[in-house]
Amino acid sequence: MSLDQAGLAQDLPRDVSDARATSWFGTLLAAGCQAVLLVSVIIAYVYLGSGSEPWPPVGIGPPDVLVAGIGTVLLLASAVPMAWASAGIRQGDQRRLKLGLALSFVLGAGFLGIAGYEYVRQEFEIETNAYASSFLVLLAFHALQVAIGLVMSGLVQLWAWLGYYDARRHLAVQNTALNWYYVVASWLVVFAVLYLSPHVMD
Amino acid sequence: MATVAVSDQLTQTWAARSGIVGWLSVVNHKQVGRRYMVTAFIFFLLAGRDALRMRTQLAQPEMNFLSPSEYNELFTMHGTVMMFIFIVPILEGLAGYLTPLMIGSRDLIFPRLNSFGYWCFLFGGIFLYSSLVTDNVPDNGWFAYVPLSGPEFSPGKNMDYWLLGVTFVEISTIVAAIDLIASIVKSRAPGMSLNRIPLFVWSVLVMAFMILIGFLPLVAGSVLLELDRTFGAQFYDPEAGGNVLLWQHYFWIFGHPEVYVMLLPALGIISMIIPTFTRRPIFGYPVIVLALVAIGFLSFGLWVHHMYTTGLPPLALNFFATASMLITLANGVNIFAWIATIWGGRLIVKIPFLWILGFFFVFVIGGITGVMVGSVAFDAQVHDTQFIVAHLHYVIIGGVVFPLFAAFHYWFPKVTGRMLGESLGHVSFWLVFLGTNLTFFPQHLAGLQGMPRRVYTYSPDLGVGLWNLLSTIGAYVFALGVVVFIINVIWSQFRGERAGDNPWGGGSLEWATTSPPPQYNFRVIPTIRNREPLWAQPETGAGDREEEQTLMAVEHGQPAMTDLAATRRETYGTTLADAVPEQVIVLPSPSLWPLVLAVGVAVLLASLLTGVYPAMGIGALTGLVAVAGWHWPSKERIA
Amino acid sequence: MTTTGRGVVLGGALAITVVLLAGCQPEDSPSALDPRGPRAERIADLWWLMFWLGTAVFVVVMGFLAYATFRAWRRGVADGEPTDRHANPFLAGAMAVTVLVILVVLGFSLWTSRLLVEPDEPPALTVDVIGNQWWWEVRYPEVDAITANEIHIPVGEPVRVRLLSDDVIHSFWIPELSGKLDLLPGITNEFWIEADEPGTYLGECAEFCGIQHAHMAFLVVAEPRERFDLWLTGQVEPASFVADPLVERGQDIFLTAGCAACHTVRGTAADGEIGPDLTHLASRETIAAGMLENNLGNLMGWIADPQAIKPGNHMPNLPLAPEELEAVVAYLLSLE
Ligand code: HEA
Ligand code: HEA
Ligand code: HEC
Ligand code: CUA
Ligand SMILES: [Cu+2]
Repeated sequence: MSLDQAGLAQDLPRDVSDARATSWFGTLLAAGCQAVLLVSVIIAYVYLGSGSEPWPPVGIGPPDVLVAGIGTVLLLASAVPMAWASAGIRQGDQRRLKLGLALSFVLGAGFLGIAGYEYVRQEFEIETNAYASSFLVLLAFHALQVAIGLVMSGLVQLWAWLGYYDARRHLAVQNTALNWYYVVASWLVVFAVLYLSPHVMD
Repeated sequence: MATVAVSDQLTQTWAARSGIVGWLSVVNHKQVGRRYMVTAFIFFLLAGRDALRMRTQLAQPEMNFLSPSEYNELFTMHGTVMMFIFIVPILEGLAGYLTPLMIGSRDLIFPRLNSFGYWCFLFGGIFLYSSLVTDNVPDNGWFAYVPLSGPEFSPGKNMDYWLLGVTFVEISTIVAAIDLIASIVKSRAPGMSLNRIPLFVWSVLVMAFMILIGFLPLVAGSVLLELDRTFGAQFYDPEAGGNVLLWQHYFWIFGHPEVYVMLLPALGIISMIIPTFTRRPIFGYPVIVLALVAIGFLSFGLWVHHMYTTGLPPLALNFFATASMLITLANGVNIFAWIATIWGGRLIVKIPFLWILGFFFVFVIGGITGVMVGSVAFDAQVHDTQFIVAHLHYVIIGGVVFPLFAAFHYWFPKVTGRMLGESLGHVSFWLVFLGTNLTFFPQHLAGLQGMPRRVYTYSPDLGVGLWNLLSTIGAYVFALGVVVFIINVIWSQFRGERAGDNPWGGGSLEWATTSPPPQYNFRVIPTIRNREPLWAQPETGAGDREEEQTLMAVEHGQPAMTDLAATRRETYGTTLADAVPEQVIVLPSPSLWPLVLAVGVAVLLASLLTGVYPAMGIGALTGLVAVAGWHWPSKERIA
Repeated sequence: MTTTGRGVVLGGALAITVVLLAGCQPEDSPSALDPRGPRAERIADLWWLMFWLGTAVFVVVMGFLAYATFRAWRRGVADGEPTDRHANPFLAGAMAVTVLVILVVLGFSLWTSRLLVEPDEPPALTVDVIGNQWWWEVRYPEVDAITANEIHIPVGEPVRVRLLSDDVIHSFWIPELSGKLDLLPGITNEFWIEADEPGTYLGECAEFCGIQHAHMAFLVVAEPRERFDLWLTGQVEPASFVADPLVERGQDIFLTAGCAACHTVRGTAADGEIGPDLTHLASRETIAAGMLENNLGNLMGWIADPQAIKPGNHMPNLPLAPEELEAVVAYLLSLE
């Protein structure tokens, strides 16, 4: 579309709820920031690991994958109802919105619980050594991202119950979903680094 | 609707709320930008005062004006405040002020975020300075190397103030960057395609991206250090598998891009001012844009040149040396394009241009010493000496502070409606110019003759007494220049000559509106068909022609601002490449929530500092409430 | 006006530089531009190349700027038309020259750092230098000699230096002999130094390391091989015993008043590891890391009140009666 064909401002949409929206772009930038932070923390794990042979250091075995693996499944699964909800409200389906958000929230909270369990069940603590510190902090940092994602999704849930969204106005839902997909995807990276790489490197 | 009625309606729509609550809830980019600049300038004076005290101590060998610990606190606060709390915020404030005016929009598109950024900046600065009250002043230098800054060697609260205060300010830097990027990408005036964006705005865009990528590693590194300090984590303790160089990598992956974060907007300022005073378009716009982008990319590949003496393998070091020298080419393109612009221009020399000439002189010296220290072999001699102190002040003062002063003189009329005085302008320029060279030139020699940096005193046998004395005198001359400048500003604010809309005859959009601009910036958002709309499109000028212009635009089937509702805060949303209008962005109204959120963060950080962890809950809760209130949807349905 | 103003400043600055670089430095200033060893010499050569090239670049760039400003100013006065006539060739030419200059500087710089990696012949001697807040421990691992704040090396021979730190980061710098290299806790760095002529060279700590970073110097004494060997043999020996009542009393006080908790005097019960080894203190030229000349008066002053002399350093003030002080110092001076 060229400039000359663009319509008058009164014909232009206000309150768009798709990828053109400013806050959608803002959410994208914010997710980008979280990603840079996360990579920075991963760098600590990798850099400290490169200076230690073996890694995890002697006395600490490679982490158990099973529980974290279940968490991974939960978190991956939580993206599905999120997508379902956001597609639903685009057609104005309030029930799908509420149900989807609720389901996704429960699965996400389940993951957060597992992450908390993973944190406390390790045989080491944050003071133990550099491996312990970087393992736990990376885990906790991702959990913080999950928590923020859950806060967003909880607020949107509240507003959904209060009836603020309809087929045209549901930007906050899309933004929450976008952020949630980032949270889920970034866990896969963290999972690979923390849980899989020690087994693969062996 | 008659023109006057539209203006009145807009004034009413865009008015700030009244009273103290109104003052605290301001979100308009012009007020917030002004607050940024004024606050940052006050921090500059404080940090400058630190510098004067340091220089007094160093005037002669073995002086006892300051104790060693006082000196260490001073250079730490001086460096930290100048880098984190003066120069980056003042540039972001300027960018926040000018960007909407230059791209023809009515505000930044996240005005509340902008205001949140300001509060974080203010509170972060206060947070850092409150260490003076409790006598826990940070004293490990502006790069706070571990293990000196770790729990074992800095057991007090000093470094906690530093880490938390700096992180607080960085939050502000980052949110401001997000706002700037989003505004530039999403809300340029119709027709302001990528190749018509003013160069200042281009440089701000690149700067903002660099901030997003560059500042977060330091936030991460700082959090890890704080964890080491308060919770016994082991990231930086070599005895438990940690590594002291990890911090240096974090710091300089931030720190090197940081210096170009400062430089880029300054280059943008120069690219705006030179055309105005040579009364011609800039020469080589596309190469300059390319050079800006190249600087942005390359600057992430240089950080190790601050770590040449840490014993990394020579091959790696020389890789970074090569990159350091390559960046010269990008800077060279800028310098030579400007010279070529001047060459073919019709010059009138006014104060802003004088500062630009000063920039050339001082910055090129600093750049050349930069290339010298970019050499691994040579840096082994001068690293951590006064030679580096000389380099860094030459590039920063020449490359950023001089353009900043040029910018003050150049845009003062736009901001206040009055001109800054000429004669005092000359006086302050020459004082600062001479002061700069007198202060920092001798430091090269002191460094080569064996004087390290960060020493609170030195032996007379070193033979650097004279250089230090000259340098101290220079610092006072510089300070005098700053004082004259302040007097000039205060005087001109009230008594200065009236400026009119476009006192310099500039070509970019900010000159199209009144001085000072109305809250809504432009009554009619012009359609852009040229790089310098005011030169090529006389109709963009403000004033009586506005109605005519609107009609014209409508006749041509182009959107014109009358279509935007005057009863709501609206501006255009346009496409990335060609700036074709695709939506109308409805901007939020003033709000207290940003302030509340910043208070929440402050409580959180303060409780971390004091170890009163339950208060963290209060902080987090305040933050949560603020976020909810901030984003609470409105029932109003917009057409 | 501006152009002349700049010209004056430029000329002035250049004049100052050349005059003082050319040699109005004090005789014994430890200047990097007055190199006394192959490392520093190579770096100084590089510096002079960069200095002259840099000066030339600066003068040429300022020349173009001045000329351009003058032209534009005249056109402004005459109200002429702006033009881009010479702009393209100018930009291209200037960039070509820039590339050339950068390549020369980079080439010379890379070549110099190659030369610095290894000395011409492999070093025969190794010295371990361990950084402490705010003094240097010096060890000769091959013969088990330990001293502090003073490194002796044979003249004309490359010496391997291994750098370690016990606490924070320091940086080892001898302007006349070498560049610098950091001492990092947890990492061992290696370096070599060589002196061309006998003499005493000042070394300094360059990395900020806490409150007394300004007073963390050391001396490098380069001497002919025979004298060096003699010195080293002396340092290996345990402390000499001088039969003198005052000295003996001093030793008793040293061992009981708390000094021995921090200082080692080999051959006695004193085996503290916090402060410098004092076994051969009297053979050293300075005390307190290069701060004071090593003589009776300074030693008295130091032991009586180290915190006044070097505020914040890690040696506490110990309450000694004046005659005890005298005895301790007599003892210390006997430690040849
Ligand atoms: C505005 C800030 C700024 C800018 C622009 C620069 C620009 C450059 N800097 Fe600087 N630098 C700092 C701020 C800045 N620096 C600071 C704050 C420190 C110290 C931090 C600390 O330790 O506290 C530092 C330290 C520093 C070091 C570390 C030194 C050390 O600690 O030992 C190095 C090493 O490579 C370096 C290199 C360079 C280079 C190669 C450039 C280049 O970008 C310069 C390029 C520009 C020009 C060369 C001039 C214009 C070009 C021409 C006119 C073309 C013709 C020129 C030639 C042919 C040479 N800088
Ligand atoms: C934006 C960056 C910036 C700026 C503008 C300056 C400006 C100045 N700097 Fe700074 N400096 C740094 C950034 C900057 N510096 C950094 C990063 C370091 C390294 C720190 C470290 O090692 O950790 C450093 C270090 C540094 C040192 C070295 C300390 C050491 O290594 O021992 C010195 C010493 O001379 C110095 C001096 C000065 C002087 C004289 C000015 C002058 O230009 C300042 C002039 C301004 C004024 C004088 C303001 C006017 C003030 C008044 C009129 C007083 C009245 C005001 C009140 C009462 C509130 N600076
Ligand atoms: C708590 C530890 C401690 C005690 C106790 C102590 N010292 Fe020290 N001493 C040091 C340290 C640390 C230094 C290095 C100070 C510096 O230069 O920063 C030092 C330095 C010295 C020096 C200078 C050595 C040199 O080569 O520079 C002398 C001499 C000395 N001490 C003598 C004594 C005597 C005598 C006593 C007892 C009366 C004593 N010390 C008690 C820690 C101690
Ligand atoms: Cu050790 Cu500075
Ligand atoms: Cu750098």
